[in-house]
Parts: sequence; structure tokens; C-alpha cells
Amino acid sequence: MSNINVTTYPEDKIFEESGYDDHFYEHHHGDKYQSSFIGHYIFSMDHKMISKQFLITGIFWAIIGAAMSVIFRLQLGFPEESLAWLKPILGKWIVVNDAGIGKLAPEFYYALVTMHGTILVFFVLTAGLSGTFSNLLIPLQIGARDMASPFLNMLSYWFFFLAGVVMFLSLFVSTGPFAGGWTAYPPLSALPQASSGSGTGMTLWIVSLAFFVVSVLLGGINYVTTVLNLRTKGMTMWRMPLTIWALFITAIIGILSFPVLLSGFFMLMFDRGLGTSFYLNDIFIGGEALDRVGGSPILYQHLFWFLGHPEVYIIILPAMGMVSEVLAVHSRKPIFGYRAMAYSIMAIAFLSFIVWAHHMFMSGLNPFISNFFVVFTLIIAVPSAVKVFNWITTLYGGNIRMVTASLFAIGFVSMFISGGLTGIYLGNSTIDIQMHDTYFVVAHFHIVMGVAAFFGMFAGIYHWFPKMYGRFMNETLGRIHFWGTLICAYAIFWPMHYIGLAGVPRRYYDFSTFDAFKHFEDLNKFITIAAIIAFGLQILFVVNFFYSIFKGKKLTTRNPWHANTLEWTTPIEHLHGNWPGNLPVVYRWAYDYNKDDREYVPQHIKLNENEVDNH
Amino acid sequence: MTLTLENTKENAQRINPQLFGLWIALASITMMFGGFTSAYIVKQAAGNWYNFAIPSYFYVSTVLIILSSLALQYSYNSFVNGEESKYKISLVLSFVLGVIFLVCQYFGWMALYHQGIDLKLNVSSSFLYLIMWAHAAHVIGGLSALIVAMIHAFTLKFKPTVKRKNRYQLVLHYWHYLTILWLVIFGFILFVK
Ligand code: HEM
Ligand SMILES: [Cu+2]
Repeated sequence: MSNINVTTYPEDKIFEESGYDDHFYEHHHGDKYQSSFIGHYIFSMDHKMISKQFLITGIFWAIIGAAMSVIFRLQLGFPEESLAWLKPILGKWIVVNDAGIGKLAPEFYYALVTMHGTILVFFVLTAGLSGTFSNLLIPLQIGARDMASPFLNMLSYWFFFLAGVVMFLSLFVSTGPFAGGWTAYPPLSALPQASSGSGTGMTLWIVSLAFFVVSVLLGGINYVTTVLNLRTKGMTMWRMPLTIWALFITAIIGILSFPVLLSGFFMLMFDRGLGTSFYLNDIFIGGEALDRVGGSPILYQHLFWFLGHPEVYIIILPAMGMVSEVLAVHSRKPIFGYRAMAYSIMAIAFLSFIVWAHHMFMSGLNPFISNFFVVFTLIIAVPSAVKVFNWITTLYGGNIRMVTASLFAIGFVSMFISGGLTGIYLGNSTIDIQMHDTYFVVAHFHIVMGVAAFFGMFAGIYHWFPKMYGRFMNETLGRIHFWGTLICAYAIFWPMHYIGLAGVPRRYYDFSTFDAFKHFEDLNKFITIAAIIAFGLQILFVVNFFYSIFKGKKLTTRNPWHANTLEWTTPIEHLHGNWPGNLPVVYRWAYDYNKDDREYVPQHIKLNENEVDNH
Repeated sequence: MTLTLENTKENAQRINPQLFGLWIALASITMMFGGFTSAYIVKQAAGNWYNFAIPSYFYVSTVLIILSSLALQYSYNSFVNGEESKYKISLVLSFVLGVIFLVCQYFGWMALYHQGIDLKLNVSSSFLYLIMWAHAAHVIGGLSALIVAMIHAFTLKFKPTVKRKNRYQLVLHYWHYLTILWLVIFGFILFVK
């Protein structure tokens, strides 16, 4: 450890005396490691840098995806207004009539909702969320020098990047990006001639997502291997923070479900390019029957949702894990029901594989088969409720610090309850006859997945920003961001439940010609205005984020939140290998807050005489 | 960059993490084939399905891939026991058998094709090709790994170190996996009617 200058803190002394010497610094590199600019910032193999890359790429996509939603909300809220001012950006997708009124081209509306869904679900809430925090937290919280394979870890990011480049290119194709919905059901996705986005746009979409799957698999293999093999001394499975449990199980779900999506995609590629008919039967285009018969589009739905449902848990579990951690730290109490929390994560993960057909109740599925899926779908509510109960109990009677991170964590719990309850409605196949493909579903999944996962992610960002960048984010802006977003999120999605109950279908470009839906005009305006404000608030967040990287209040101690987990024992300045000398040794679980008159007892502190380990 | 791997060797470590990672990757590949075969079963149950006589080439290739696997195991054992020439010869043998396996698969597909069973005939034939091609693609990956193993065998000085043994083990396990995968696929095609 020659050249790196590190201030010594008591942690260092503890580790020097009783840490675990893994001979890390005896062999090679150390200071020479990736010291060039390209090696350090671009093709980095350091998990902390890769985590930042995932996060910033995720933010980039979040802005694009959110901007798209503002544009289609303008169409829905103000169908009569001219959008001609968007012509400089959107070009021919704004059709200006003789009177000078510019309207969004209908096929572009579909392209926008499709891209919005794809980008948010995969690029932002999968890669941007679990990619960022798995990379940051897994090695740091289990006491490892880095991932099991830093090289595959780097590849994982670059496959994600490549997926992004291809998707980005598809936005500029003259026939437009894919426009058949984020689920890419055939025949729109299987026949290049089916719609304008089904040609080149769809080809790029599927190529992009294939790269994306590779990225998820490379990442996931690494995360699982790391958690199982590289935990430091004393870090038993039952001493791992819940963040690690969540990220670990998330990676397993991804490894088991994404390959099935890939199978579905391969068959789709065969249908598109090689003339097979896995998903095609009895199709008429332009009044003419195609000779593609014998297949079934339902087959694709099965393969898609076999990934699709686990995917929603891939999105929410990391958020749940971070919320558990943030709530415990900021309410200065042990997490309530630690083991129940971990078992619930496992139960949810297991159940998530046997409920997929609840997305297909209305596809002509045999009603007896539906029953099976109804039962398992409703059973998921049990572990979900256990988790909610435990979060609330953790907060109860706590000495809560109302910082932005904890506000977002509490907001997460609120959103998860609101959105989870409507899931139970939808999980009943009979009620779903009315609700399917209406705004009720849109409200359900935006609250429970979209907003809740974002809240979990924001909680994580505000909480771990000091670890990532050595500075704090601005608290005042953070609180404005939280309260504003909370109000706007409910303002946007709560009314959608009513609209949906009234039967208004999702994915419609314009409702003004339907008598039955006309009276929702004002509500739609209201939603759009709330969405615009919400967008503004997220820009505020982005500004705060980048400003704070360079100008935020500097961190002066390693452990600003007085948290117990190991990441706060590493020096403020990042260094390769995470700990300057020995690795920490762990003696206790991560939740000894307010134990025996001690405000907090980090994991690397030995048990006192007579002290019992909670785990 | 293998630094973490080497350096945490005596750490909480149970098995070689790379081998462990490989096994997870195999689980992932298994899920992909599980996707294909499940779709196969579901579609078959829905009717409009043909059953085909399977050309005998595929029986031959089944024997070939098993032999190839055995040869590689023998080579690996010889490597561990420090028997250089046996190690090299059976490695090459394994590779050659692997290549002939693919050639034999190709003849099998041509035989199907000449019976009029092409990719587009019916979903059942599409599935047949899809699954076998997907397997073949993985075999090509395996052959590339064998090529790397051969380059190591013939350019590096013969020294059965732990590191090289571990590396060879990765190839070995992947190759055995492909053999087992083929046996499952072939059995599936023969018996799921
Ligand atoms: C108590 C738990 C839940 C139940 C019972 C449930 C049930 C359902 C059902 C039955 C549907 C299909 C509605 C339809 O299309 O007609 C649905 C849609 C959806 N759910 Fe949930 N859900 C639950 C929790 C969640 C969670 C935690 C997430 C994500 C984190 C989520 C994300 C989604 C998404 C994304 C869709 C819509 C996909 C689409 O059609 O585009 N759900 N949910
Ligand atoms: Cu679902």
C-alpha cells in the first residue's frame, strides 16, 4: 500500500489488529491498477466505478423515457392543442395541417408508449436499479475486494451500453421505432409488414433486448457467485444485510427467467427472418391471407410472461432490500423480523415463477387453468403483506431521522400498499374480465412498480450518494423532490383507477370521439398537468445529483449515518480493493441499533463478554 | 483480471468461483432449453402436429458426442496425473470427435430436408430444427473452448498447476454438459410424441 494516501480511522486500527489478511496487497498492482483515464473511467473493472456507470446511464434513459411520457400525456390531456412547437425535435412525427395545428402522428404515439415502457422497465428499473446497487453494495457489504469476475462485470455494463446504443438508433429510423407495446406481442412484432414500426424498428428492438439479456445474465452470474463465495470471515448468510439478500435473490430470478425470454425471442426472430410460423396463424394483412399458419400467438405470451412476471419482482426486490436497510438505519431500530423478511423475499421469488398467466386471463386461457393462477397470485399477497407489516413495525416507535432517504423509503411503503391492493383485484380472473387492458391496470403497475421502485431507488441514491461520491446531495432540494413527487404521483395515478373502472382502455390515442369517455376530459387534463410538474421535479433531482457530485457538501467522516454495515468502514476516497489493509471480520448481524445503551454497533465490532448475538 | 479470485482463496471460499459461475451459467442455458421444450409440449398438445421418423445419423452423432466426452475426461485425468502425451492426444481426439458430431448433425438435417421435412413445413418441424440448432450453436462455443485448450496444451510448457487444472475443468464441465443436454434433447425428440 505504498502510494495511496488514506487517512487512518479507528476502523483501520481494528482491521489491522484483528482483521483478516487475505494477502491482497502482496501480489500485484495496487496503485498501478488502471491508472490511465480510459482504464479508470471507461473500461473500468472496479465495481464502484461500474456502479456509477450503470447509474448515470440509467439516469440518461430515465430522462428520455420520462420525456416521452410527457409528450404522449400532452396528446391525451390536450388532444385539441397544437403540438407544432415540437416539430423541431420530432420532425415528421408531428403532422401539421393547413390551419397550422400540429398533431402527433398516431403511429408515433404507439411508438412513444412502447419505447417508454421498454426503456423504463428494462433500462432504468432493471439495469439502472439493480445494476447500480448490486455493483456498489454486494462487494462492499459482504466484505469483498471486488466481484468474483471483474472482467465479466465490465462486460455486463458494456452489453447494457450496446443494447442502449441499438435502441437509441431505432429512435431515428425513418419508419420509426417499434410500436407494438413493450410486451412485443406477435403478430405486430413477428411480421415486418404488420405496421411501420414492425420493420427495422422491431429488428433493432429485438437485437437490443438480446444484448440486454446477455448483460443481465453476465451480471447475475457474477452477483450470485460473489455473494456465495466471497463473503468475508464471519459474514454468514444470516448476517447479511437485507439489501444483499434482495440483490442476491433478484440475480437468481434473473438468471432463471431471462433465458426463457431469450427462447421466445429466438422463435420470434425465426418467424421474422426465416419464415417459420411459431406464433402465426390465420393472418390477414391488407385483406389478403398470409400462408403462415399453424402457430399460436399465445405461445409467445406464455414465454414472455414467464419472464415478465418475475421481471416485475426483479425490479421491486432490490428496492425492497434498500428500503429495509434505509428504514432501519434512519429509524435507529433493528429491522423488525429480519428472517421473516429474508424468507418473504424467497417466497416472493418462488411464487413469481408460477403466476405468469394472470397477465393472460383474457387471452382465451382455459378457465380451469386460470383458477390455478388466481390462487398462486393471491398467495403472493401474503409475503408482500409480511414485508409491509415489518417495515411499519420497524418504523413504529423509532427515533426517525426525516432525511430525504428515509422519506423516500417511507413513501415506498405507501406506494407499495396502494399498488399492491389493486393487484389483488386484478388477480381475480373474474374481476379481470372488466379490468384487463384498462387504465386500472395502468394505475396498478405504475404505482406498485413504477413509482414504488423509483422511490426505492431514490432512497438508495440519497442514502448511498456519500459513499459513491464522497459528498452529500442537497437536502432541501431533496425534500422538495420527495414531497412534490409524492403528491404528483398520486395525482397522476389515483384518478386512473376511476377511469379504468369506467372501462377506458389503455393504449388509445384519442378518446374525444367516444361518447362514453368524453366526460374524463378534465381528469385527463389534470393528470397531464401533474405529469408535467412531476417531470420538472425529476429534472430538479438530476440537477441536484450532478451539482452535488462536484459541489455537494463534503463528507468528513466515513460513516455519516452511523450505520452498521461494512461499506461505511471503507475510506472516503475510493481505492481498488476497497479496504486499505486487512479485510474486516464480521461478528454480528447488521441491525444492532440501540442495543444495550449503545446507539449503534457496526458489524465488525466484537461481541462484548456476555453479549448475545441476535443471530 | 483474476485478482480477486486468487487473492481470496482461503477466504470463505467453498469451491472455485469460476467453476461455480459456470454452473450458474449452465442453469441459465438449461432454462433456455426448458423454454423451447415447454413451448414444444404446449404447442404439441394444441394439435396440428406431425411426428417424424428420425434419420439414423442422429443415433451416430449421439455415440460420437458421448465418445468425445469420454475422451476429454480421459485427457483431463491424464493431465492431473502428469501424463503429457495421453493428455494431448485425447484432447485432440475429443476435439475431432466433436467436429465430426457437428458434421453428422448436418447430414441428419439434410436427410430430414430430403424427406421434405424443412424448417417451414409445420411448427413441429420448426421446433425440431430450432432446438437442434440451438444445441449446435452451443457446441460451436464448446469447440472454441477446446481450441483454446489445445493452444494451451501445445504452446505452454507442460505443468499441471492448480490454476491450469481449474481452467481445464471449466472446459470439461461445459463439454460434459453439452453431451448430457444432447442426450436429453434427443430423448425428448424421440419419446415426447
Ligand atoms: C399483491 C401483488 C400483486 C398482484 C396480485 C398483481 C396482479 C396483477 C395482475 C392480475 C395483472 C394483470 C392485469 C391485466 O393485465 O389485466 C397485473 C399487471 C401488472 N403488474 Fe401486478 N400484481 C401484484 C404486484 C405487482 C408488483 C409488485 C409489480 C411490480 C413491481 C407488478 C407489476 C405489474 C405490471 C408491470 C403489470 C402490467 C403489465 C402490462 O400489462 O403491461 N405487480 N398485476
Ligand atoms: Cu404479474
